[in-house]
Amino acid sequence: MRGVRWLLLKDLQILRRSPLQAVLLVAYPILIAVLVGFAISRGPEDPRVAFLNEVPPNTRIDVGGAELPKSNVEEQICERVECVLVADHDEAREKVESGDVLAALILPANLVNRINSLSTLTPGVPEVEVLVNEENAVKAELVDDRITTLLAEANLRIARRIGKEGGRYLGLIVNGGQFKVLGEAIPILGLATSARILEQVTPALPPRLRPALEEVTEFASQARDNLDVAKPLIDRLAQPIAVDKVVVGGDSPPLEIFAIAVAATLTLAFVVVLLVAGSLALEREENAFSRLTRGLVSDGGLLGEKVLLGVVVGMAVTLLMLFGMKIFTPLDLGRVPLWLVAILFSAAALGAAGAALGAAAREVRAVSLLAFMVTLPVAFLSLVPSGAVGPAVFDAIRIFTALFPFKPALEAITAALDEAGQGIGGPLIHLTVLFLAYVAIARLALRRFATV
Amino acid sequence: MPAAIQARGIVRRFGDREALRGVSFSAGVGELVAVIGPNGAGKTTLLSILAGIAKADEGEVASAEGAVGWVPQQAALYRRLTVEENLLLFARLEGHEDPRASAAEMLELTGLGERRGEIVARLSGGNQQRINIAIGLLSRPAVLLLDEPSVGLDPRQRARLWEFVSGLAGRGTTVIFSTHDIQEAERYGGRVLVLADGESLFDGSAEELREAVRGEAPEAADRDFETAFVAYLQHRGH
Repeated sequence: MRGVRWLLLKDLQILRRSPLQAVLLVAYPILIAVLVGFAISRGPEDPRVAFLNEVPPNTRIDVGGAELPKSNVEEQICERVECVLVADHDEAREKVESGDVLAALILPANLVNRINSLSTLTPGVPEVEVLVNEENAVKAELVDDRITTLLAEANLRIARRIGKEGGRYLGLIVNGGQFKVLGEAIPILGLATSARILEQVTPALPPRLRPALEEVTEFASQARDNLDVAKPLIDRLAQPIAVDKVVVGGDSPPLEIFAIAVAATLTLAFVVVLLVAGSLALEREENAFSRLTRGLVSDGGLLGEKVLLGVVVGMAVTLLMLFGMKIFTPLDLGRVPLWLVAILFSAAALGAAGAALGAAAREVRAVSLLAFMVTLPVAFLSLVPSGAVGPAVFDAIRIFTALFPFKPALEAITAALDEAGQGIGGPLIHLTVLFLAYVAIARLALRRFATV
Repeated sequence: MPAAIQARGIVRRFGDREALRGVSFSAGVGELVAVIGPNGAGKTTLLSILAGIAKADEGEVASAEGAVGWVPQQAALYRRLTVEENLLLFARLEGHEDPRASAAEMLELTGLGERRGEIVARLSGGNQQRINIAIGLLSRPAVLLLDEPSVGLDPRQRARLWEFVSGLAGRGTTVIFSTHDIQEAERYGGRVLVLADGESLFDGSAEELREAVRGEAPEAADRDFETAFVAYLQHRGH
């Protein structure tokens, strides 16, 4: 243990003496904390969309001879995107081509007329024009999603208006009332009043006429009752499918907690794996390994010292980062003991993996490259959710990511941060198993460390 | 002269290849022994086994426990630490009661006291090698093993190194060093051990080797020691 203490101090001394490494170790977590903090606290920016409204002013949508209440289309669209008002088609096209806006939305002059034609015998197809610049796949996907959502919302609003007006007409037919045509109010008797009048006059009629009238009265009553049922049906036509979301598994944490956990785990993984692997390889590059293991410190002691170095630095960097995040998002400081446990187990397992990499690769440059080549893909694969790929591929990903400590570390840190999340026990056991396995691999690899 | 270290019938194999084939030799207290031979002769392997870093497949090494200091060919120290920090670290790892005093003693011995605060990476190769040797001497070994200590040094640095090493031997430390520089072996080695293909071909003084060559190739024996040495090897099929 005496040797381990002095070696640890030596490694920290070397680390402190390398200004670039020291700055990176402090600056990197702070930078990540600030970036993630801003990202989760500010939310996504509205996309910039050029908007050209060619519909003549005061044109209203007419349903069945009655105008729908005025709705300010421009205002509603510009609530959802950052509108850049343009004067004509050419300006809209120029802004899209230059990348100044994500897309251009053009409402043609005949749009309202075509919508109004929907309730006539010669319905047209209302169309809006969308100009996009699909210069890359991600941008194209984003534009498609935004435009589809905007149009779906517009269609839904029109359908609701039509449904509402349809329901009002139905109410007039069932219950009677006033119907305005060209500014004049026309009284509508309604099925209910008609049935009541017929019932009242029936006794005064000759007996031979009564059965026929009673049939009419019965029809009016049935029609009133059934049309009452039809009203909610018309309301549902605007949005026939309602979503009832039931969570049956996977207590997912709030998005901001998950984002913090991902950032913290990624930082911890890179810092610990690179540091442990690099410092172990450095012992060989400095030719000190054979001198050290010639009775000054055992192989196990040297490995333990390197893992301890990773744990100490990894914990400091990750805690620094989490406390930095606390500025942007409310993290429960009462759970700090759980943070410490999760980071400790994660850092130990990642450190053991780093030691195995360092002992296997043996040269600092090769080790750095290998650490990136292993950590980065594993981290990305660990974030692939079930259902995003085929079942067989997902099973392969699950097995692969279970062999490296990143995923259980992410689960442990997420559980430590999220009060309502899943338990921390499973990930800690997983990390312990991986720690033991990687220590065994590192000891095997260390046997040929000094010889080749 | 009492033996400070003794090797008997050392055999070391790497797969099918025998790097050492039953090498035996001993070195007395305060002796300076040069181990010479062509590339692949087994010089570094023999020193590694004497140092306890590698194990022999057959044979045995006898020396007082912990009394062998090892100085590898390439400086085994931390280049980002200062001269003093390196000495302190290894003194602490060796469990010295007063590491600072041990480090100060080595600084004085190596003549690097004024440069104690300098980062090792900024020192010349010769000075790095002196620290490398000083670390090997921290355990106050009776026997010091140096693997090609003068590689990469300029003539002036080499002269200072050998002055330092000769001083150690003069104070009773047995020094065994390997070298490719045959003139250096003749000049500083009180004895030379010639290895070729893992076999010990000669063990004696440089003059004795010349005498052995004189009977086989008289014209080579009277020229420089390197020529005599090459003639000796050629005469034995190497």
